[in-house]
Amino acid sequence: MKIFSTIGAYLLMLKGMFTKPENFKMYWKELMHQSVEIGMGSLWIVTVISIFMGAVSAVQTAYQLVSPVIQKETIAQVVRDTVILEFAPTLVCIVLAGVVGSKIAGELGNMRVSEQIDALEIMGINTKSYLVGPKILGALITIPLLVILAMVLGIYGGRLASTLGGILSGDTYDRGLLLGFTPKNVWFALAKAYTFAFIISSISSFYGYNVKGGSLEIGRASTSAVITSCILILFADYILAFFIL
Amino acid sequence: MIEIKNVYKSFDDKEILKDINAVMETGMTNLIIGTSGSGKTVLQKCMVGLFEVDKGDIIFDGKNLTNMSEEERKELRQQIGMLFQGSALFDSMTVEQNIKFPLDMFTKWNHQKKIDRVNDVLERVELKGTNKKYPAEISGGMKKRVGIARAIVLRPKYLFCDEPNSGLDPQTSMVIDKLIHEITKEYNITTVINTHDMNSVMEIGENILYLYQGIKEWEGSNKDIIFNKNKQLNQFIFASEFLRDAKDMRMLEEKGIVDNDRNMEQIMREGGANLVKGDEEKEDKQLQ
Repeated sequence: MKIFSTIGAYLLMLKGMFTKPENFKMYWKELMHQSVEIGMGSLWIVTVISIFMGAVSAVQTAYQLVSPVIQKETIAQVVRDTVILEFAPTLVCIVLAGVVGSKIAGELGNMRVSEQIDALEIMGINTKSYLVGPKILGALITIPLLVILAMVLGIYGGRLASTLGGILSGDTYDRGLLLGFTPKNVWFALAKAYTFAFIISSISSFYGYNVKGGSLEIGRASTSAVITSCILILFADYILAFFIL
Repeated sequence: MIEIKNVYKSFDDKEILKDINAVMETGMTNLIIGTSGSGKTVLQKCMVGLFEVDKGDIIFDGKNLTNMSEEERKELRQQIGMLFQGSALFDSMTVEQNIKFPLDMFTKWNHQKKIDRVNDVLERVELKGTNKKYPAEISGGMKKRVGIARAIVLRPKYLFCDEPNSGLDPQTSMVIDKLIHEITKEYNITTVINTHDMNSVMEIGENILYLYQGIKEWEGSNKDIIFNKNKQLNQFIFASEFLRDAKDMRMLEEKGIVDNDRNMEQIMREGGANLVKGDEEKEDKQLQ
C-alpha cells in the first residue's frame, strides 16, 4: 500500500510545480543555472562513454560478422543503429541517472535537512516550483542534446575504432552509415531521451525533496533515486520500443 | 499581534499540542519555552504555516491563517522573517547573496538600492565587510547574525526564531539575544522565540509561554517567572543548584533587598559582620 501513497506524493509534487512564479527573472536564472549544471556537468562523461561505446560496438560487431557473404558496410550499419536506437538514449541516460540523479537528490536532500527548503517556504516561495521545476525543465532541455551528442560521438567512435583497428576503411564505414538509414530511429531515440530525462530529474527531485532525517538518509535517498530511475528507464525503454517500433 | 486559539496538533495519533491558547504581543519578545519534546517547535511551525493545525485558529492581526488561500498565505509569509536553529543559509551563495535573495525575489529595486539595503542590515548586525564570504567561512555566531539580517531585510511584521542560541557560547548568545530584542523594539514587530536557554528567558523574556507535554502550563514575564509556583516550570528552569542560587538572588533584587550593583559587600559588612568576626576568631584558635 505504501507504493500507492508514494506515487500519490510524487504526482502531488509534480502538480505543485505549476504555479505562477513569484519573480520570473529569478526562475529563469535558476533554470539557466540548472541547465548548465546538468548539461555542462555531464559533458565529459557523455563524451568519453559515447566514443568508447561506439568503438566497442564496432570491434565486437566485426568479431561476430566473420562470414565473407556479409558486406563490411554492415558493421557501420549495425553500429549506427545500435548507437542511435539503444546506446545513446538508454545507456547514456542510465549513466546520467547516476551522475545527474544523485546530484539532484543530494542537493535537495541537503537543502531539506539543513532547513533551506523551509526557509524558502517561509519567505513565501513555492519550493516545488522554484527548486524542482527548473531541474526538470533543465533536464528536458539538456539531456536530449547530450543524447544527440552521444549519437554523433558514438558513430564517430565506431569509425575511429574501425579505421585504427584495420577492420574497414573510412570510406566503407561512411557508405555503410548511409545504407538503410531510417530517420524514424532518430525520432524514436529522441522520444526515449525526453522520457528518460523526465524520469531521471523528477524521480531524483522527489527523493531529495522528501528526505527526512540526516546525512545517512540523504545518502539513502540518492541511492534510491538512482536505482528507481534506472529501473524505470529500462521499463520505459521496453514500453516505448513495443509501442513505437 | 498573533493570537493562538484552541490549537490542537497530532502526528500519527500522538497528540503533540493540546488546546493551546496564547497571545504574542507586538513590540515584545515572546518566548516559548519547554523541555525537548514539549511541542514548542511544532507550535512555532504551526504558527508559520509549515504544519497545518488539526483544530483551532492562528490569527495574525485579525487574519486567520487556517482559513487563508495559498495566495493569501504567500502574501502573509512575505511579512514573516524566520531565523532557523541551524541558520539555514544557502550554502552556495555568499553572505551578500543570501541577504539579497528576498530582495531579488520580492522587490523591483535596482541593484544599487538592494546592495545599500544589504549593507545597512549587515551594519545593523555588526557584520560589515563580510559580504563576499560564504557560510562555510564564517563562525556559528556570525551565521546566526546573517540569518537575522536575511530575516529582517524586508522589514517583516513578524519575526520567528527557533533556538537562536543553539550551539553558541554564553557571551555570543547574549549578543544574539540583545540584537533580537533591539530589532523587536526598533521595528515594533512581533517576535516569537523558541528557546530553552535560561539566560534568554531571564534577560529578554517579556512574554513567556511554558509548554509541558503539549499543554500550556504557565504564562507570564521574566519578572513573574522567578516567583512562580508551578512545579514543572521550576524543575525545568531552576534545574541546577547554581540556577536556584541565581533565582534567590534575583528574588532579592526584585524585592529591593539587593540592588543591581550587587551590594553584597555592604550587606556582609552590615548584616554579615558577625560572620566575618566569627571567622577571624576561628582562625586565631586554629593558629593557637
